[in-house]
Amino acid sequence: MSNEHRHVLVFVEQREGILQRVSLELLGKARKLADYRNQEVIAVLLGDQVQSMVSELYHYGADQVILTDDPALKVYMTEPYTKVVSEVIQHYKPEICMFGATAIGRDLAPRVAARIQTGLTADCTSLEIDEDNQNLLMTRPAFGGNIMATIICPDHYPQMSTVRPGVMQLMEKDNSREGQLIEFKSDLSDMSEDFKILEIVKTIKEKKNIEDANILISAGRGIGSQENLKILEELADSLGGVVSASRAIVDQGWIDRNFQVGQTGKTVRPDLYIACGISGAIQHLAGMEESELIIAINKDPKAPIFDVADIGIVGDLKKVLPELTKQLNLEITTKAI
Amino acid sequence: MNFNISNEHKMLRELYEAFTINEVEPLAKEVDEDERFPIETVEKMKSLGFFGIPFPKEYGGQGGDNLAYAMAVEELSKACGTTGVIISAHTSLCAAPIYEFGNEAQKQKYLIPLAKGDKIGAFGLTEPNAGTDAAGQQTKAVLNGDHYILNGSKIFITNAGYADVYIIMAMTDIEKGLKGISAFIVDGDAEGFTIGKKEEKMGIRGSATSELIFENVKVPAENLIGKEGQGFKIAMKTLDGGRIGIASQALGLAQGALDETIKYVKERKQFGRAISKFQNTQFQLADMSTKIEASRLLVYSAAKAKDDKLNYSTHAAMAKLFASETAMEVTTKAVQLHGGYGYTREYPVERMMRDAKITEIYEGTSEVQKMVIAGKLLK
Amino acid sequence: MKIIVCIKQVPDTTEVRLDPKTGTLIREGVPSIINPDDKCGLEAAITLKEQFDAHVTVITMGPLQAEKALREALAMGADDAILLTDRAFAGADTWATSSTLASAIRNLEYDLIITGRQAIDGDTAQVGPQIAEHLNLQQVSYVEALEKEEDTLILKRMFEDGFHRIQVKMPCLITTLSEMNTPRYMSVAGIYEAFQKEIKHWTLEDLDVNRAFIGLKGSPTKVKKSFTKGVKTAGKLFEITTPNEGATIIIDKLKEKFII
Repeated sequence: MSNEHRHVLVFVEQREGILQRVSLELLGKARKLADYRNQEVIAVLLGDQVQSMVSELYHYGADQVILTDDPALKVYMTEPYTKVVSEVIQHYKPEICMFGATAIGRDLAPRVAARIQTGLTADCTSLEIDEDNQNLLMTRPAFGGNIMATIICPDHYPQMSTVRPGVMQLMEKDNSREGQLIEFKSDLSDMSEDFKILEIVKTIKEKKNIEDANILISAGRGIGSQENLKILEELADSLGGVVSASRAIVDQGWIDRNFQVGQTGKTVRPDLYIACGISGAIQHLAGMEESELIIAINKDPKAPIFDVADIGIVGDLKKVLPELTKQLNLEITTKAI
Repeated sequence: MNFNISNEHKMLRELYEAFTINEVEPLAKEVDEDERFPIETVEKMKSLGFFGIPFPKEYGGQGGDNLAYAMAVEELSKACGTTGVIISAHTSLCAAPIYEFGNEAQKQKYLIPLAKGDKIGAFGLTEPNAGTDAAGQQTKAVLNGDHYILNGSKIFITNAGYADVYIIMAMTDIEKGLKGISAFIVDGDAEGFTIGKKEEKMGIRGSATSELIFENVKVPAENLIGKEGQGFKIAMKTLDGGRIGIASQALGLAQGALDETIKYVKERKQFGRAISKFQNTQFQLADMSTKIEASRLLVYSAAKAKDDKLNYSTHAAMAKLFASETAMEVTTKAVQLHGGYGYTREYPVERMMRDAKITEIYEGTSEVQKMVIAGKLLK
Repeated sequence: MKIIVCIKQVPDTTEVRLDPKTGTLIREGVPSIINPDDKCGLEAAITLKEQFDAHVTVITMGPLQAEKALREALAMGADDAILLTDRAFAGADTWATSSTLASAIRNLEYDLIITGRQAIDGDTAQVGPQIAEHLNLQQVSYVEALEKEEDTLILKRMFEDGFHRIQVKMPCLITTLSEMNTPRYMSVAGIYEAFQKEIKHWTLEDLDVNRAFIGLKGSPTKVKKSFTKGVKTAGKLFEITTPNEGATIIIDKLKEKFII
């Protein structure tokens, strides 16, 4: 434990003036950690003309907001952001620092940690305080997700972590909450010309092929008709997945051979494989049984697919899937800010 | 005696394995079903140096050895017998005799592009009336000033039509019988040289196997390999090397079939359990694996003997004899262990069984190998 | 042009299995490979070598067996290789690893340093940016495409919802994504040549580094414990009465597994 360092600092990520949800998740977690330690939650916000976001941060748990508002911070760049965040940390000496494990956070946090000469733990899915010594226990997946490791940073401060988005809970929004605003000035006049952003481009997600997809919704003979593929497409859209198929469907001409999973098709190992109306013939299993999580929906409780499924639903996919899609879409809208 | 494979060879095997899994295996079924020569794979293999593995860099090769070459054919054949034989026929039967018996001018003109893979090679000895009795050559080559005139035909020629360079045996002096046969390098685009009927085969269906027809083909005199009358000897020595290639192909086919079977028996459940739990399955696999390992040692030591410039002819014959018979036995058992599914073309083992059969026949039938071995024993 | 590529030899974690009885990791028989993101960085470097006659040095910190990864890099086309190996380096977290690598790099000349975005065993994505900090270099991470124009690089830097096109002057450091390219195979001749080359071994003696910053002792973060997610339990079968029930069961499972 450090005598000098107190409070939990959260780096607030905003892009193009839009507050990123992960920051609110971090504030929720920071609130819990700070309450446990009888300390405060400090949010650090960088950007250009972003003052309007500050009150939202109080509503989601921040006690203080340190704001550096400067044209040089309009778009994320490593050098100015590292400078400001490092100076803030060196000045305010928090005990704990949290960043979202995003494309920005994973570029910024390691640089800051190295500048301050402290430890950083990446992609945490759980943060707790050790009862005995008050150290921050940072738990995260490693080895390609095959194991979990609990990391500590006992002798260096702040204890820094990047946190996986979508894991921590938001605090219940409290519109009455207020906090203290601190305007922090940093000299950003001398940033290097060696680094220039030439262009900022937004992209639409392209269709992946089934071997690269993390989530596959797979169609078997049980879907009944080619039109019913639509039900799977909608579910795939909600989950950000891709529709694949068993050989039976391909032979019917309902879907292209490129989407076939199985002995004569492709072998896939997605994080999630939802088998819809697939009986589970050995030729099919050969192509997907290594999937991380297998969910099967089939009318026949004796279907061999249930032997490899982690979760088996005996039911009518034509009813269950639309219901699932509906509930998932509800989840997504409640998640959006 | 060191049975360990060097680090170089270990890394080479990793290369061959990765290439086979990513580039060869995905095409294997289609190549067989459509009887298609995998030209795109040929391009990729060329860029990695697969067409010149055992030849020195100065001749466009990779500076490797015969073991490295044998391993390449083995690994490729695990997924696709067709792809394995393309390399084998090219390397052992066309590039090798030029390297071992050709003169400097011939090496410069032909070996370099062959080793680089810019040209593909083939070998023509077999004729309609001269198979196992290879000495009965009827294709004739008559000297006419600065060139020979070639007339005749060859059958069952691997890489026919896709090759640019052919090693052709022909009679230059019919009176001398065996000692009247000569070896020639014939360009694929020579006038009067046509490709005849393409064979419809049981296996290695993607391999181009056709008839070669020579009608008054002019072959420059400088394309004679060695001297007139040395052709039969050159052919026999060439086939010695080819036997290592075919033995490697057989080895690969057997190993590939075993690998597929092990995967299948762990998945397939009957009588409430995976069939890998039954002792019959286990004993069959043990037999298959042991014979494959024995084949491997024969093949590798024949390759090593050739690298060490020892007399390797009998060794190569033993390797070819044993590896091909093992391949036939192992692939047949593989189909049996797959049951009904193994008989369908959905699973690769029936193709491996059909591919394996030819290894007992070409480049000297098993019977010829036994003649070679016995001949050495009873000298 | 001089390029340094930092690579890591890692177990192929996609091939790692859990023992179904004990729930522990089965590590034997798992092949060691060049970390995929690093391999793509190496491919980018070799492509630059072909286009601009650059010199490519590969460097790794690891035990003796990491030599195999360096050989593979040489066989793909790298010019020379350095192994940083010393008991004192072992047990390092990203701070200590980056300190060690940075001090080795200070012994070399470079225009560009390439690291992969993250390793498939550590999964931190921290070493690259931390090396850049130690060497006081501009960094561009999440690079998916690269072009060289004189002494600058034009880079495609990916974000979740798009990308920035960035111009950065060399010397600098980039971290590369697997999406960037498909690494080439080794060639047969390349493998033979790789074994002809000498891989330099550098120990602590060869580096000018603060000993307090290396190895286990120099690591601010420490592993308190590691554990597997448990034995894969048999699947559960649910005979549902309403579609809603089925949907709820599935959603709960997806949440449990962090899929949503």
